[in-house]
Amino acid sequence: MALLEVGSVNAFYGAVHALKGVSLAVEKGEILTLIGGNGAGKTTTLRAISGMVRPRNGTVKFDGQDITGTPPNELVGRGLVHVPEGRGIFANLTVAENLELGAYTRHDRAGIAADLERAFELFPRVKERQKQLAGTLSGGEQQMVAIARALLARPKLLLLDEPSLGLAPQLVATIFSIIREINRQGVTILLVEQNANMALKVAHRAVVLEVGQVAMSGNAADLASSDAVKKAYLGH
Amino acid sequence: MSDFLQILIAAVAVGSTYALLALGYTLVYGVLKFINFAHSDVFVLGAWTSFTASMFVTQRMNVDPAHAPWWVGLCVLLAAISVASTVAYCIERFAYRPLRKSPRLNVLITAIGVSLLLQNVGQLTGPAVVRETPTTVTKAAADLTPAERASETTKINGEQAQVQVQGKPLATLPFGSSPRSMPVLLPDAVLNETTAATGVMDGGSRRGMVKLDKPVTLEEGRTYSLQTERLDASGKPTGERETLGVASPAGTYEKGTDIRTQPARNAKDVQGAAYTLTIAPEVPIRLLDVLIVVSALVLMAGLEILVYRTKLGTAMRAISYNVETAQLMGINVNLVISFTFVLGAALAAAAGFLYPMKYPGLNQPAHQIWVLLGLKAFVAAVVGGIGNIRGAVLGGFLIALVEMFGAFYISTKLSDVFVFAILIFVLLVRPSGILGTTVREKV
Amino acid sequence: MAATGALGASIPKHRPSSEQLLRTAVLPWFVVLVLAVLAQIVLQPLLGEYGAKVARQAGIFIIAAVSLNVVNGFTGQFSMGHAGFMAVGGYVAAFTTYYGSMVLYGSADKLAYPVVAGVTLPLTTGHLLMLAGIALGGCVAAVLGLLVGLPSLRLRGDYLAIVTLGFGEIVRVLLELSGPQMFTAAEVKDATVKQWLSFPVGGSLGFSGIPTYADAFWVFLLAAGTCLIAYRIKQSSSGRAFLSIREDEIAARAMGINLTAYKVRAFVFAAFFGGVAGGLLVHSGVPSQPSIAGFQASFEIIIMVVLGGLGSISGAVLAAIILSVLPEMLRNLAEFRLILYALLLIVMMLVRPKGLFGVREVWELGRGGGSGGGGGGSVSGGGGR
Repeated sequence: MALLEVGSVNAFYGAVHALKGVSLAVEKGEILTLIGGNGAGKTTTLRAISGMVRPRNGTVKFDGQDITGTPPNELVGRGLVHVPEGRGIFANLTVAENLELGAYTRHDRAGIAADLERAFELFPRVKERQKQLAGTLSGGEQQMVAIARALLARPKLLLLDEPSLGLAPQLVATIFSIIREINRQGVTILLVEQNANMALKVAHRAVVLEVGQVAMSGNAADLASSDAVKKAYLGH
Repeated sequence: MSDFLQILIAAVAVGSTYALLALGYTLVYGVLKFINFAHSDVFVLGAWTSFTASMFVTQRMNVDPAHAPWWVGLCVLLAAISVASTVAYCIERFAYRPLRKSPRLNVLITAIGVSLLLQNVGQLTGPAVVRETPTTVTKAAADLTPAERASETTKINGEQAQVQVQGKPLATLPFGSSPRSMPVLLPDAVLNETTAATGVMDGGSRRGMVKLDKPVTLEEGRTYSLQTERLDASGKPTGERETLGVASPAGTYEKGTDIRTQPARNAKDVQGAAYTLTIAPEVPIRLLDVLIVVSALVLMAGLEILVYRTKLGTAMRAISYNVETAQLMGINVNLVISFTFVLGAALAAAAGFLYPMKYPGLNQPAHQIWVLLGLKAFVAAVVGGIGNIRGAVLGGFLIALVEMFGAFYISTKLSDVFVFAILIFVLLVRPSGILGTTVREKV
Repeated sequence: MAATGALGASIPKHRPSSEQLLRTAVLPWFVVLVLAVLAQIVLQPLLGEYGAKVARQAGIFIIAAVSLNVVNGFTGQFSMGHAGFMAVGGYVAAFTTYYGSMVLYGSADKLAYPVVAGVTLPLTTGHLLMLAGIALGGCVAAVLGLLVGLPSLRLRGDYLAIVTLGFGEIVRVLLELSGPQMFTAAEVKDATVKQWLSFPVGGSLGFSGIPTYADAFWVFLLAAGTCLIAYRIKQSSSGRAFLSIREDEIAARAMGINLTAYKVRAFVFAAFFGGVAGGLLVHSGVPSQPSIAGFQASFEIIIMVVLGGLGSISGAVLAAIILSVLPEMLRNLAEFRLILYALLLIVMMLVRPKGLFGVREVWELGRGGGSGGGGGGSVSGGGGR
């Protein structure tokens, strides 16, 4: 059984029909990437899963339970963690406080401390900057804080929205290698990316969204070599 | 110099209540980014609940409010806090929460509506909670009304009847349209007065005069008073203290000569009462002021710890930066916002309890003096930097200083004008306030 | 708007024809005049003494509400001190008429109205004095509006609310501190400079004995005139700038609109006409006391604007009439009146946040059903390629 199942979800922003019956499934342990152009509905899909947007109809099932329309704060404790677009760090808090909020729903001090150490192993830079206000960090560092923070919630499924947005190419590579490492440690990942090239390299499977509908899906490697995808998203 | 210090002390006491009130504006502005216009009315609610509760408790205990034990004050404070918090919760839940995604203007208008609602509901005169003790009057039995005749408390002896008459209401609900006087529940005394002599006194040769049991010298330019204890009819001490001012001119008074006192007492009322002759300090420090400032500071310190040292406080600050992302952290945003409101209301209620201890005249809830007070506290929050906790405290003290010194050295009536002059000045020079950081409107 | 056709055709014809001028510039003012005359000769006798008084009151509140609507409705800023500007205008006008009459006619009694062909005309030199006073009051209010608006309108909306609320209270306090009123012409004659400088309008006792020259004609002339000007502004490019600021400040700025300049313009306009309304108010027999500047008074005008629809002139007019007449009918429920208003305000924001008419005018109600203005968040449009 898949960890996450999205069944023909329709969602609206006001009068805009943003998702037109999107269905997808994320298997336990994999990286699934969601690619597509501007306004294809990638972010909305993530928001519908994490409860930020209430779907008009359709179902979202996580870990065997129906979570359609459950508010996001109730999903964090169950292991569904969403890292929003544009980093979403709290610039007015210190890095340490940002990380502390990642573990907001947890009460096992020892476990949190251990997870914090694990996160610092992945992001040594974050450890150095703990006392600093998060707003004073560089874009790449902020993205690292955002992902490290998400890990502190001990996610089963991590929703990553455009982690490479606005980062230098060097950093993009680092971030993607860390994403792969997180996955290797047992976290299932649903990755939304504009940078289809990189996304298809790290992902196991991929789903292509077009104007709120699933246009294609399949093995990441297969899609990367498909002509249609190459032409539309990879710029070949 | 002594004037200066006295005003400084008063300003610090009043400033601490302004600061408590300003904290409420700042907290709510911090998480919701709008001015909670109803905040000053929650403060008024706290003040009037304190009044009603203190009347109620002291009457049930059958004590004079001025001599109530210390814990009565604490109970009254808790009553004020719980009523104000409950009302604030309802305001947030039913008036503000449905508008969380609406334009700010709409929320502002709602807040004004809530403010007016609280003011004018508070102004209604409903049932009496506390009445004067019933009195018994004698009436001709023939004049009894049917209700009086039916009443169990009426006793008829032939032609004469003893009728129990209900006393006038002392406190009504919601609060009523006439001003009241708040009983001072906190203990008061001058802390830094010096003792010149102690002993036992006798009544003087006339009413208003007392004789001391040892010679005393009253120095020029100093104020003396006699702390004595009240005696009952049989001459035993009742345990109640009273202060008699010494009104005699400076000079040396031999043992057993008359000394004039204010207020005047009959000779037999002070026969054999113990006394302490004290010299009033140039700058009296009152226990009441100290208690007000200390309680306010304790509350502020508690808030500081809550906001900057606890998980809940971190959640509040996170919401202040970005509600959506805060939700993604697993924070129950509605709960934290409600909590913030209730917290602000509790501080306002505490201020509502402390402020009338200093100025016991309690105006009716819709009186403009309350609106003005709330405005001053808001100005304090803006001057300190709205959204900034330390700024609100700083602003509170600053505004009180300006107001008090302006009132003393320039003009009493213009003191409110100075406060707004400061607001305009700050808006011109440093719109984000003294400790505030510039807020960029998100595009 | 007419010039959207061929460019070449529109250029030589850029002076309006006399017929066009008549229709757009003269005719509306003629209608205003006719309305005012009708108010004087029909309304006054029809409603009786008391009814006419309420009607004049309503007329004055129309001016107040419509002018406040330019700031709170069109521009989306929130002034809470309109009564302060009214009080300033009112006291300046009252000062002018009262002491002007004292100096010119030796007493502040009303002059005898001239009768022409059996009709009593509400036009004496005293009326001219009143008009001069009202104009002066409006100007003083406008200058104060500029002084208050400049620092606070640079900032976000809620600061203006606080500053204007404070402004109203300051006006009240200062009026309470004003010097004692002079009651006889002799006193006025012998008054010292110091006495004049203390602004002798009676302090907290109020300013009494102001001749009641605000007849229905003048009230409705100015009320209709204010509505016309406000409507013209709404239709003008300034009006569209105001509305765009209200809808989205950032977008408006991106369109090259100088936010502060337009906000201040709206605010000063409102202050001027607020002053005019105040000027009429003090000449209508309502006792002039410092409390007319207070928060409660400002609130009454705010609720008119909110009820009628933020941005709707006819809505404000209608609300001003309703809320002037209603209290007279609810006299014995006076203590519940403000509770009712407060509930009205809260429920209105929850259920119909745009007011009865929104930005639309009464006669536009039939047009286009959904003026909802889109939904909440927006998604960037465009297809996938």
